[in-house]
Amino acid sequence: MSLRLTALAAALMLAGSAHAADQIKVGLVSTLSGPGAGLGVDIRDGFNLAMKHLNGKLGNLPAEVLIADDQQNPDIAKQTADKFLKKDKVDFMTGIVFSNIMLAVGPAVFQNQTFYISANAGPSQYAGEQCNPFFFNVAWQNDNLHEAVGKIVQDKGYKNVVIVTPNYPGGKDAVSGFKRYYKGKVADEIYTKLGQLDYAAELAQIRATKPDALFFFLPGGMGINFVKQFVAAGLSRDTQLFAPGFSADEDVIKAVGSSMMGMFNSSHWAHDMDNAENKRFVADFQKEYGRLPSLYASQGYDAALMMDAAVRDVKGKVEDKAALQKALEAKRFKSVRGDFKFNTNHYPVQNYYLRAIGKDAQGRVTNKTMGTIFTNHADAYVASCKMK
Amino acid sequence: MIQLVLEQALNGLQFGLMLFLLAAGLTLVFGIMDCINLAHGSLYMVGAYFVAAAAQAADSFWIGLGAGVAGAAVLGLLLELSLFRQLYKRDHLSQVLATFALILIANEAVRWIWGPAALMLNPPEALSGPVEIGGFFYPAYRLVIIAFGLAVAGLLYLLVAKSRVGMWVRAGASNREMTEALGINVQGLFTAVFVFGAALCALAGGLLGPLLAVQVGMGESVLILAFVVIIIGGIGSIRGALVGSLIVGTVDTLGRALLPTLLRALLPADAAATLGPALASILIYLLMAGILFFKPQGLFPARA
Repeated sequence: MSLRLTALAAALMLAGSAHAADQIKVGLVSTLSGPGAGLGVDIRDGFNLAMKHLNGKLGNLPAEVLIADDQQNPDIAKQTADKFLKKDKVDFMTGIVFSNIMLAVGPAVFQNQTFYISANAGPSQYAGEQCNPFFFNVAWQNDNLHEAVGKIVQDKGYKNVVIVTPNYPGGKDAVSGFKRYYKGKVADEIYTKLGQLDYAAELAQIRATKPDALFFFLPGGMGINFVKQFVAAGLSRDTQLFAPGFSADEDVIKAVGSSMMGMFNSSHWAHDMDNAENKRFVADFQKEYGRLPSLYASQGYDAALMMDAAVRDVKGKVEDKAALQKALEAKRFKSVRGDFKFNTNHYPVQNYYLRAIGKDAQGRVTNKTMGTIFTNHADAYVASCKMK
Repeated sequence: MIQLVLEQALNGLQFGLMLFLLAAGLTLVFGIMDCINLAHGSLYMVGAYFVAAAAQAADSFWIGLGAGVAGAAVLGLLLELSLFRQLYKRDHLSQVLATFALILIANEAVRWIWGPAALMLNPPEALSGPVEIGGFFYPAYRLVIIAFGLAVAGLLYLLVAKSRVGMWVRAGASNREMTEALGINVQGLFTAVFVFGAALCALAGGLLGPLLAVQVGMGESVLILAFVVIIIGGIGSIRGALVGSLIVGTVDTLGRALLPTLLRALLPADAAATLGPALASILIYLLMAGILFFKPQGLFPARA
């Protein structure tokens, strides 16, 4: 008899482990200070706007969003993530901007079997051999936007290109992505220190190389300073600038101003995209924060919607990891970028667009969508991912 | 090629002169008062914030620069009277602890007042483009910075080497007790030197603001470089600070520009791409180690 009772109790306990949670906790660790702060702030604000649209709930459950600043420092990010995982026992994590920080934090998150929904960092490692069931990227794989720029530079017939990027995993991904589709001559590859703000030495080198186009990937404050100094050095007369959307979005345009006009860039999202979700997102973001959203904000917004849809799908039983993974993979939310789906490595398969910076109807300097570069584009690493 | 070398030399000069503005104050405080001031970088940061805030309020870069430098001088005065005066007599450990606390306080205070996002400081419109010098283009604003740096260096030279106050300062640096015994108001001199150092910090912060970004933590990275400069130049020596700044500025700029190219000629491409930037960023520390090996007191020791 007692044996049966024990068995019953055990069965109840096991069943109990998959009961519906009464609250969903999200840990958002992002870069909220320093040169990269603009990116993290936009992710956070986008995420918060989605929470407002969802009435503070994820999948009909009250949600708490814990926000912390990683100061663009992998050690601080790791400590904060550990606290969120162990002490606060969060159900989801999100927010990290930089790939080097993502790679530092990832192992602890995966070991804890917590789902990480990346709203930015999409390192090649997690798309390929180290892909993980607990890692999803709702934005892109790092290479993707660079591949799109490479394709455009190639198609427009430029023959002599200089590449500038920071010396970190995201920068290396940028170069390999760009070169995957640009087949012309690369006159020089310049690797700068992450967080560098003065580019005098590099600009002199570029002047001596005389490229016809320059591809740079310098997120946040780095890009702002680079473009400003590039124009001040008089290089914009002979060299056409190309960049992924990161270095040519609202944060950079606001700081640099009209000297960016005519610059081409690539993105999976644009604020002038014509769908109902996006129109609501852009209008409310402007109302709430008094500025146009950037692609980072759209990614933060989508990350929240993705969690919401998945929690709703599993009816709040977030403890059932396998079911939650299936629900996340199914992607049942409407993204502001239009339709997309997840690949087997949990990275998006989606369209990439060409944008050019110019004046809009109201006279604002901003991005305009010019056309589609890739349709249903997947990343280059998915083949080496053996998802367990 | 000549153009490239010339442009990089100008870049190195510009960077070096800005380092000099910081190192001059640091070396005097360290050399004369025997006080390690880790918060020197914080004065640079706060000064830059003052300049940016004043420039925004007045809608003029130059008014902002003047007001910011004056504000930083006042802050330096208050700090000297309230805190540093107590620290001169203490040992170096107390000084390090107290001024490290100042760094943390300054960073949090700035974050609290101006927020975590960087402030944008734009150069005057007339200087935002390039100018042509003998067939090659160079940013006008960087030329102005070079002019400022040279003017301050010249002024400091006259002040320290030719004036009576400068004589006291040099005397204080080489033998403090003897200077006091000669009846010189060393306490007043200390205050003046500290305030002057703070003003130079704000000048450097304000001038570099449009090139870099005015943000929390901008002081720490530059502080390390300033310490490298005064160690290379010899603690307490203005001449050493100038020479050290120019060496560090030039080596850092040329290293960043030439090392990757040089390595690419010697090594396979991907090894060069990894090694080049890493080596360039530690080059000045290698230089410091080398100079310390041959001249442990620095190039121009104040206390021979």
